[in-house]
Amino acid sequence: MSITSLAADDGTSSRGTRVLGILTLVGTAAVAYLGLVATGPDVIQRDSVRLIYVHVPMVSVMYVPVAICSIASLLWLRKRSDGWDALAVAAAEVATVFVGLGLVTGAIWGRPTWGVYWTWDARLTSTAMLFILLLGYLTMRRLPDERSVRTKRAAVVGLLLIPNAIIVKFSVDWWLTLHQDATITRADAQIEGLQQFTLILSVVVGYLGMAWLMVHRFRIAWLESRIEDRGLDLAIAERRAEGDTLVATGGDQ
Amino acid sequence: MWDEAVLVAGKDLRIEWRSKVALGQLVPFSLLVLVLFAFALDPERGVLSRVASGLYWVAVLFSTTLAVQRAFSIESADGARDALRLSGLRPASVFVGKAAAIGAQLLVLEFVLGIGIVVLYSLDVAGWPLLAATAVAATLCLASAGTLYGALAAGVRARESLLPLLFLPVVAPVLIGATEAFEAALGGVESEGWPWCGFLVLLGLVYTLLGAQLFGSILEES
Amino acid sequence: MTSVIHLRNAVSVLGRFPALAGIDLEVGQGEIVLLEGPNGAGKTTLLRTCAGLVPVVQGEAVVVGVDLVTDPRAVRPHVGLLAHQTGLYDDLTVTDNVRFWSRAGGARDVDVDAALASLDLDGRLADVPAGRLSAGQRRRTALAVLVARRPEVWLLDEPHAGLDAAGRDLVDELVRGAAQAGATVLMASHELDRARTVALRTVTIAGGTVRHDEVRSRDGDKSAPSTADSAPSDEAVLDVG
Repeated sequence: MSITSLAADDGTSSRGTRVLGILTLVGTAAVAYLGLVATGPDVIQRDSVRLIYVHVPMVSVMYVPVAICSIASLLWLRKRSDGWDALAVAAAEVATVFVGLGLVTGAIWGRPTWGVYWTWDARLTSTAMLFILLLGYLTMRRLPDERSVRTKRAAVVGLLLIPNAIIVKFSVDWWLTLHQDATITRADAQIEGLQQFTLILSVVVGYLGMAWLMVHRFRIAWLESRIEDRGLDLAIAERRAEGDTLVATGGDQ
Repeated sequence: MWDEAVLVAGKDLRIEWRSKVALGQLVPFSLLVLVLFAFALDPERGVLSRVASGLYWVAVLFSTTLAVQRAFSIESADGARDALRLSGLRPASVFVGKAAAIGAQLLVLEFVLGIGIVVLYSLDVAGWPLLAATAVAATLCLASAGTLYGALAAGVRARESLLPLLFLPVVAPVLIGATEAFEAALGGVESEGWPWCGFLVLLGLVYTLLGAQLFGSILEES
Repeated sequence: MTSVIHLRNAVSVLGRFPALAGIDLEVGQGEIVLLEGPNGAGKTTLLRTCAGLVPVVQGEAVVVGVDLVTDPRAVRPHVGLLAHQTGLYDDLTVTDNVRFWSRAGGARDVDVDAALASLDLDGRLADVPAGRLSAGQRRRTALAVLVARRPEVWLLDEPHAGLDAAGRDLVDELVRGAAQAGATVLMASHELDRARTVALRTVTIAGGTVRHDEVRSRDGDKSAPSTADSAPSDEAVLDVG
């Protein structure tokens, strides 16, 4: 089966991803209904509390693709097989989306709730730093021209994502225990009953959506690397033929 | 391995001695950053002396980025990178040697900058041992992380902006730790600063080990 | 006699481009081999591959007993490459450069001093920064590093380029001396007349493969090529007396 026929017939979908996709859509609809209609507004935050059903999934789920990227990068450095590299880039891109959305939804939620778009608390600050670390990784994947250089250096940056994220989080937490005012704390509202159920459901839906995105992105990256590799035998034949014409015409004198 | 590292460090420092880039450009640059901060903030009402520790380390961080770029740009001239691969030097030795040379330049820079900030921001200096120990520990972190990320950015187009993007978030904890330790020292509460200094030492060791391990892969083309 | 260089159907790639598309080459110890061929044929890549700088993705490649497919780094202490780029640091003097690169390659100080002397770099040029040297002088400096390191395999990429007549004679002398001392020399050159006075064996490369491989005896008679194909040889055109 050639690459092109694979792409034309199935794209990157499979039974598994279709199931995942449908579950995600259904779950999102359920969360939307529950979040917007069925659950009541919060006593203090009123309707803006509904944003937690969007914000919390983002910030809960985001750590998983970051970890996957880091571990896949390590495994690529060990094993040097394209699959790990494809997994690393897929995980990093999905992670960046979730972290970015986490920051944005956090800002949107923060404004009506505490009156500010941004606050220097430990969670937000570490998340912002994580976002920048991921941007650095994605930039590393884009810049070098040679594929082998690109893959290798990105793998090193990716491998260091987990240690860097942990060190940054640790130092930011410690720093803020010394400087934090008591006024703005992000203690999550006490929730129970239907609200709690909706929240848990939204996190589950978040994981499903993350998985769906990752599988598709992984497959695209994998196919790209397959296409690049198939060219080698053809390239060898072309290269040898180059020499035939040159020798026949007596070289480039 | 240590002989090789000394050889590489000696070579880098000899080049610096002949070209005087760190001394002639980076030191003035870092002092300039301090002056710019004074323009941006209010020099009259004691703001500068309150935030001096943080500003000092921000200036050092920016200068480190330049120092690292310089350290790797000398290797890009006329295929020195290939020659390093061919030379038979162990990559870990090259890493340690380059980091040591960068570290030495940073220590000189930090010393001069220290004098500069004391004068420019009218500081009362206290807690010498903590200040010195922190500077050494922070330099260890900056030099080793810088060498690692400098190698990653070397030879890549648009590397001038890639290196800061990669390097500065990674050393943000160093900024935090060094600033806290310096503030503790200057504020007379050294006991609060020593834990931060210890944190920096640990971080420096982690980066040195990681860098020595990973440098070989980065040096090779594929 | 086991070969110092053994390549069979070796394919090496630069990124995705197969610069060597199936090379067959056997070189024994003490041989001096000339590599010739049109620009872009793969001569430089062949030298770099033997130095362990370019990955071999297909075929067999063994240099000085080291398998280049699995562990190209291990071959590097045994080979010396004189490339187009000299690897010299502009801010350091000739002496500093040669000392650094030679020591990095494991040479002793006495070898370094001898090399500087034999390449006439211990006099006026000794303390000149490399950035101020002419191209030919840089080449000589890079050659001094090679001489000081005394590798088992010499890989020379156009060693005569940029040198004056005296410099070229010096190169020839050094190459002969090295081969007599047991080193194996692989030399790419466009200066076929001069190179053939030193190298008795000529290997023609085109399109990443060996097209012609010929040994001449000392009095100019050509012996049968060890590997030949149907492509016409351009030897006849160049072999004018």
